[in-house]
Amino acid sequence: MTVYLPIAELSVNILIILGMGAAVGFLSGMFGVGGGFLITPLLIFYNIPPVVAVATGANQVVASSISGAITHFRRGTIDIKLGTVLLCGGLVGATLGVWLFSLLRRVGQLDLVISLLYVVLLGSVGGLMLWESIGAMRKAAKNQSTPRRRPGQHNWIHGLPLKMRFKKSKIYLSVIPVATLGFAIGILTSIMGVGGGFIMVPAMIYLLRIPTSVVVGTSLFQIVFVSAYTVIVQASTNYTVDIVLAFVLMIAGVIGAQYGVRVGQRLRGEQLRALLALLVLAVGIRLAIELIIPPKDIYSVVSAGFGF
Amino acid sequence: MFDLARLCLVSLVLALAAPAAAQVQEDLSEFTEKLEIGISTDEISITSDFRGADLTIFGAIDGFDENLLAQGKYSIIVTLEGPKENATVRRKERVFGIWVNTRSMTFELVPESYSLSSTHDIETIAPPGELGNMGIGVDHMRLVPLGFVGDGSNLGEFRNAFRRIRETSGVYQRDPGGVRFISSSLFRASVRLPANVPNGVHIVRAYLFRDGLFVAAKALPLTVVKTGLEQAITRAAHDQPVVYGLFAVLLAVITGWGASLLFRKE
Repeated sequence: MTVYLPIAELSVNILIILGMGAAVGFLSGMFGVGGGFLITPLLIFYNIPPVVAVATGANQVVASSISGAITHFRRGTIDIKLGTVLLCGGLVGATLGVWLFSLLRRVGQLDLVISLLYVVLLGSVGGLMLWESIGAMRKAAKNQSTPRRRPGQHNWIHGLPLKMRFKKSKIYLSVIPVATLGFAIGILTSIMGVGGGFIMVPAMIYLLRIPTSVVVGTSLFQIVFVSAYTVIVQASTNYTVDIVLAFVLMIAGVIGAQYGVRVGQRLRGEQLRALLALLVLAVGIRLAIELIIPPKDIYSVVSAGFGF
Repeated sequence: MFDLARLCLVSLVLALAAPAAAQVQEDLSEFTEKLEIGISTDEISITSDFRGADLTIFGAIDGFDENLLAQGKYSIIVTLEGPKENATVRRKERVFGIWVNTRSMTFELVPESYSLSSTHDIETIAPPGELGNMGIGVDHMRLVPLGFVGDGSNLGEFRNAFRRIRETSGVYQRDPGGVRFISSSLFRASVRLPANVPNGVHIVRAYLFRDGLFVAAKALPLTVVKTGLEQAITRAAHDQPVVYGLFAVLLAVITGWGASLLFRKE
């Protein structure tokens, strides 16, 4: 059963796309991640042009993050003020990112940069997560309690000027690192089609020392708006958002996520993190291999037109 | 699927009388022969599940020489040329172990699709120089690089790669034998519309050769319009990109929110 993707300009098997969306949705529900960093590489493996995969991935992120963001908003676990500062940085970052995206596309280096960013990011995040979770599992086996650094500890970030009081998070923090973090995530959203939660959450906890209770909700708040903004900007500058592909992915994704959540609740935290780390590493390695092995054809042709 | 029969010209005279056939006459005075061609419509709408079809063009040679015709000295080439766009060819090379696009060349206004039919292999119809001058055939198509190309030493390799890729993907096709005489001077040509035929104004061209010499040519425009939901989406994405983007986001919000409401009730 094939469906024609009007923007990607190719016919795909709808069952494969549904399966992909459901699998990533399941994993994202299980691990509590947006899934953008899995869906975009999977689409690229399935020969969807990277330009379309990235922009469409951002659209899928909106769908997978919105319900979580609403839940956190109802529970009051979003620091709107902090989220807004992150968002301001994020919107500037996404704008610059889409501009970079168009520039790289024009000079023919976009596919390479997307793959390289994924290899570097997935490799390092996956490696760190695996290291950390194996350590935690060892300690759990020895029945030791893991020593955790207190959020009250200060580092150089807390010495920066332009401080602002964030009541909900009960912290007094400079807006510079917050906006910078948002900015960096915004660039990643527009170039890689990820929400960026897998970088933002650890950065907020370990670097900015924001209380864990508001971290997930606040990062989801920023992700929803930045990815929505990215979709609109990508659609209007690069015309690369494939609504048919996105819709099939999000339908399967949101259903898969519901089941993933249930399974995730039965697994232990460090086991879950080790599994996620292995998955992240596997995707990164697969992309790295693609860069190293000789391509089928060293030549490629792109047409400037959108006549199809 | 469009009705193939509708494309076929039943009466040559009818099509020639049609005002839509904005014909370009390029005949030379030294020859008495004239070429006339016709297609039944100047616009075809095809649905998105279109998997390619043949377009039939009828034509006639007027003022021909009986003896030459009897000897089979007349040859006909019919081409269907898609809308023109700049196309960039890129070449990958290994840099520090990874494959990177290092060199590129952009060819100015090349057709997005090109189908050729002829009475026999075009290389036997006219000398390569003649075909090259007129730009007939994939191998003789004008590929003019845009901008600075250095000493031009790699022009050939980029041109060959371009032709090879376009032919492999099926947008450039040739059919030696696709033009047949149905009576002494009346011929029927079928050119292939590829599955991914681009939207826009295509040009049907017919060339008449006599014993290796170019005699006359004729051109007719043909507008290809794709219809259906997918085409509507493509058009919306390009004509109303902001609205399209907003709609994509709205769809995501409804799907995400809807699913969470739906599953909470269970």
